Amino acid sequence: MPTISVDKAALFQELGREYTTEEFDELCFEFGIELDEDTTNSDRPIVDGKQEPPQLKIEIPANRYDLLCFEGIALMLNIFLGRNPLPEYKLTQPARMEQIIVKEDTTKIRPYVAGAILRNIKFDQARYASFIALQDKLHQNLARQRTLVSIGTHDLDTVKGPFTYEALPPKDIKFTPLNQTQEMDGEELMNFYEKHQQLGKYLHIIRDSPVYPVIYDSNRTVCSLPPIINGDRSKISLDTTNVLIEVTALDKTKLDIVSKMVVTMFSQYTLEPFTIEPVEIVSEHNNETRVTPDIAPRTAQAEVSYINQCCGLSLSPAEICTLLTKMAFRAKPSTTSLDIINVEIPPTRADVLHQCDIMEDVAIAYGFNSLPRAFPNISGTVAQPLPINKLSDIVRVETAMAGWSEVLPLILCSHDENFGWLNRKDDGNTAVKLANPKTLEFQVVRTSLLPGLLKTIRENKHHSVPMKIFEVSDVAFKDLSLERKSRNERHFAAAFYGKTSGFEVVHGLLDRVMAMLKTDFLAEGETPKGDSYYIKELDDPTYFPGHAASIHVRIGGKDKVIGSFGILHPTVLEKYELKYPVSSLELNVEAFM
Amino acid sequence: MASDLTNQILDALSASDAPILSSEAFPSTPSLNVKSALDRLESRQMVQYETLEKEIVTLTAEGQEIAANGSHEAKVFAVVLAAMDGLKISDLPGIVGKENAKVGQGNAFKRGWIKKDQDLLRASADSIVDETQQQLLAVQKTKTLDDKKVVADLKRRKLIGLAKELAFKITKGPKYAREFVKEQTDLTPEMIANGSWKTAHLKPYNFNAKGAPTPSGTLHPLNKVRQEFRNIFFDMGFEEMPTNRFVETGFWNFDALFVPQQHPARDLQDTFYISDPAVADPPREDPPNEPNPPAQLKADNPLDYKKYWDNVREVHEHGKFGSIGYRYPWSADESLRLVLRTHTTSISTYMLHKLAANPRPARFFSIDRVFRNESVDATHLAEFHQVEGVIADFGLTLGGLIGFMEVFFAKMGIHKLRFKPAYNPYTEPSMEIFGYHDGLGKWVEIGNSGMFRPEMLESMGLPKDLRVYGWGLSLERPTMIKYGVSNIRELLGHKVDLHFIETNPAVRLEKD
Repeated sequence: MPTISVDKAALFQELGREYTTEEFDELCFEFGIELDEDTTNSDRPIVDGKQEPPQLKIEIPANRYDLLCFEGIALMLNIFLGRNPLPEYKLTQPARMEQIIVKEDTTKIRPYVAGAILRNIKFDQARYASFIALQDKLHQNLARQRTLVSIGTHDLDTVKGPFTYEALPPKDIKFTPLNQTQEMDGEELMNFYEKHQQLGKYLHIIRDSPVYPVIYDSNRTVCSLPPIINGDRSKISLDTTNVLIEVTALDKTKLDIVSKMVVTMFSQYTLEPFTIEPVEIVSEHNNETRVTPDIAPRTAQAEVSYINQCCGLSLSPAEICTLLTKMAFRAKPSTTSLDIINVEIPPTRADVLHQCDIMEDVAIAYGFNSLPRAFPNISGTVAQPLPINKLSDIVRVETAMAGWSEVLPLILCSHDENFGWLNRKDDGNTAVKLANPKTLEFQVVRTSLLPGLLKTIRENKHHSVPMKIFEVSDVAFKDLSLERKSRNERHFAAAFYGKTSGFEVVHGLLDRVMAMLKTDFLAEGETPKGDSYYIKELDDPTYFPGHAASIHVRIGGKDKVIGSFGILHPTVLEKYELKYPVSSLELNVEAFM
Repeated sequence: MASDLTNQILDALSASDAPILSSEAFPSTPSLNVKSALDRLESRQMVQYETLEKEIVTLTAEGQEIAANGSHEAKVFAVVLAAMDGLKISDLPGIVGKENAKVGQGNAFKRGWIKKDQDLLRASADSIVDETQQQLLAVQKTKTLDDKKVVADLKRRKLIGLAKELAFKITKGPKYAREFVKEQTDLTPEMIANGSWKTAHLKPYNFNAKGAPTPSGTLHPLNKVRQEFRNIFFDMGFEEMPTNRFVETGFWNFDALFVPQQHPARDLQDTFYISDPAVADPPREDPPNEPNPPAQLKADNPLDYKKYWDNVREVHEHGKFGSIGYRYPWSADESLRLVLRTHTTSISTYMLHKLAANPRPARFFSIDRVFRNESVDATHLAEFHQVEGVIADFGLTLGGLIGFMEVFFAKMGIHKLRFKPAYNPYTEPSMEIFGYHDGLGKWVEIGNSGMFRPEMLESMGLPKDLRVYGWGLSLERPTMIKYGVSNIRELLGHKVDLHFIETNPAVRLEKD
């Protein structure tokens, strides 16, 4: 969730009153944003020789792009408080509409562009800073680090339309980038900004493309090289009065949202507030010729019965409309149906997709904490545990009652811990492997519970011996026959660590658990009455030679190997930095389902 | 021996009612032995005593040797005097020992007891007084030495040391008796058999000490909390979901939940993607040998998986079921990428889709491991447990969700709740649940909840009027708050202290 810092005094002035921190926190809570911090009593940084004035740090829901700047927060809170009506955003009708002409090659790299002009805008220090910060927040969030959308803003009086949006080989694009003094071509620019702290991370978006997107004015002045940087020529300043905003994108919906946010938030500072001058996009090759931005409200319908049912209320259509006004909608009961209200969704509210979003806003305006409370009827549902969990609990409880302590290691581990350190080979068909772990600790999903048990012992060497620990949990295996190409398997494992090997102790635990699972020991030559188990000497490099056994069950007349136990091989102990012997046991519990 | 001492003490007291001093009555008995005998008697109110502490002078091993046999110089003088014709210097070590010869010869010269005559030693006097020996003998007897200069000198010569000595002033107690009756340490089968228990005196029990430690196994604290949560769910009619499935597809983990493909949660920074195996299949019927088929959900109508897939695509790409959708080009490949599930809501989705075969009220829950590609710190691990509940029913209201949460959390001892509007891609409305924590004196976020979006449910084929609550919280966070654990690594993973596991009390959420 993005966090926005706003000037406390300025916001309270906009809201027409002072709030205590608690009061403002309460207002935020009801509206659905979160006051993270009020810096009034904190040690604030010195900026330009002056201590920063108190800030309110506010957490914004990730889909409310209209709250990503001071202007939006002030506006929406004022509407929520009933102090301001929703502004009437208007497009002007210029005598000659500015144009951006799109060349077909842009489809190879960044196909969409939109434009808008804020004429006769009045910046001051705070407004200017907010203007830059909003673009930054949009770039970080909705635009996914400029990959999907990027914004360029220009002093319209330094360039001359019509503009062209083109895609050219890097070598052919020459200009002086923002705040630089040297002209460079596209390739040089990439090298120049390679190590740049802010811009370096965006270069990859276009770097390897044979063509780079670029916006020229009619004199072939480069306005911008999206999504990297603007030209120095057209840079805006505090004194700029006419601002050209261009937005380029891979995704048309997000292009539209970003354009709307920037123009609606800052059109309040134009000479005639809330007016925006449109730009014509000429894009014949992909049928995208149109006038931007589209700030017309979207009309949607919401059902009164649906809203009332979900909220547990019985509001009249008119009451619902009044509540919606607080959330920046214009709503009117339908003239044709008693159950319908027509809702105008302003260009600022890109988060509304369905009538459920409108219903939620009715609930917020009413107050979540004021809604009539009920307790949902129990409609004859039957409680029951997952069978494998019930079985696991039997094994867990019996093992704990036998004097063993349950541990809970992690499920992810390193490849070595799962294979090499246990003297096991990876045949490539066993373990699920991670593509993007941040550390070597998390390379595979474990296929055995042993690594976790051995690491737990390693980290508990200060504990008295013997240590007797166990875990009942899932491991996972590759299984290409399944939709998800893998399956979990419930295992039970135990380890004994002490001055003696504990081989018989672990063997005894196996006998005990088998007895509790009503599985009889099958001595050679006997015929079992019910389910039974037997063990056989096992040659396995994980264990000390001659001191390991495989565990076999005979269930429903079928024999199956379900696990093994033994004294761990000293080379295993060495890898796990254990100085005393360990005997371990591991088996698949699912055989007993 | 020790019991002898108790009787000796009782004997010593028998003569009169005047107090006795242990240092006088038992000068050679170590004070620790005296004290344990006295404690035994005192616990039976046979004696009373007070402890006196004083500084005493003790002899070192060398000091004791000198007290017994004389100083080095005295020994040297004695052999020189005995040799009528003088003693060859080189013979001295052979007679008195190297050590005595070296130190004693020098000191004897200094005191003028002997003199040198070429290579012979001759006595200068007929007799001498061995002061050192006498001083040490006095110390041995009285354990004191008044002359500070002498104390310093002897100390420097490492013949004496200073120590604290405990002595006890003992008087008769209210239950004084001449004889200390022999006590049995415990009631034995023999005593029961031969009836001696009737006259036997049992050693009094120490009611100030703990009993013998009992060897025991134990369940993990986090699993104990998990069991409490499971019991709450069972109390309220919930069925446990088959969450034994760590690997999910982008489809079930994200797309089906209406999480757009460019959502930050799907970033490499947040989600573990699988490199091997490479690609999933599109959603399809579970294999007949599916180990954990949801018990209540035997399908009446076979589910159309292809249609579900197409609905999900359409909702994202163009909108459907009354939604305008996210309007972006939806990628099937992205949906078939394999991930480690980032939430168990992927399983809730799977279960809700199954419900579409026979839509009816249902309550599901799960508590299981989820995975996030987080940088590990005190409050974050790449793995944690998610507690999740789902209620599907007709005519559910938001107030019903609030009401349910109040009952649910009251069972954990949290009685004051409030709800904040929030955002979540798959629930609308979404409510963050805050509980008032009396200990911390503030509101603490304790979970997330909401009603699943119609786009998500109608894509599955569920009817429009079947509404579904979902809520979730981590198992670790409330456990950490409840038990004051500040580092999640002390609760989950191999670094957890076994001692903590073994000594953690039983969990009673409603009470603790």
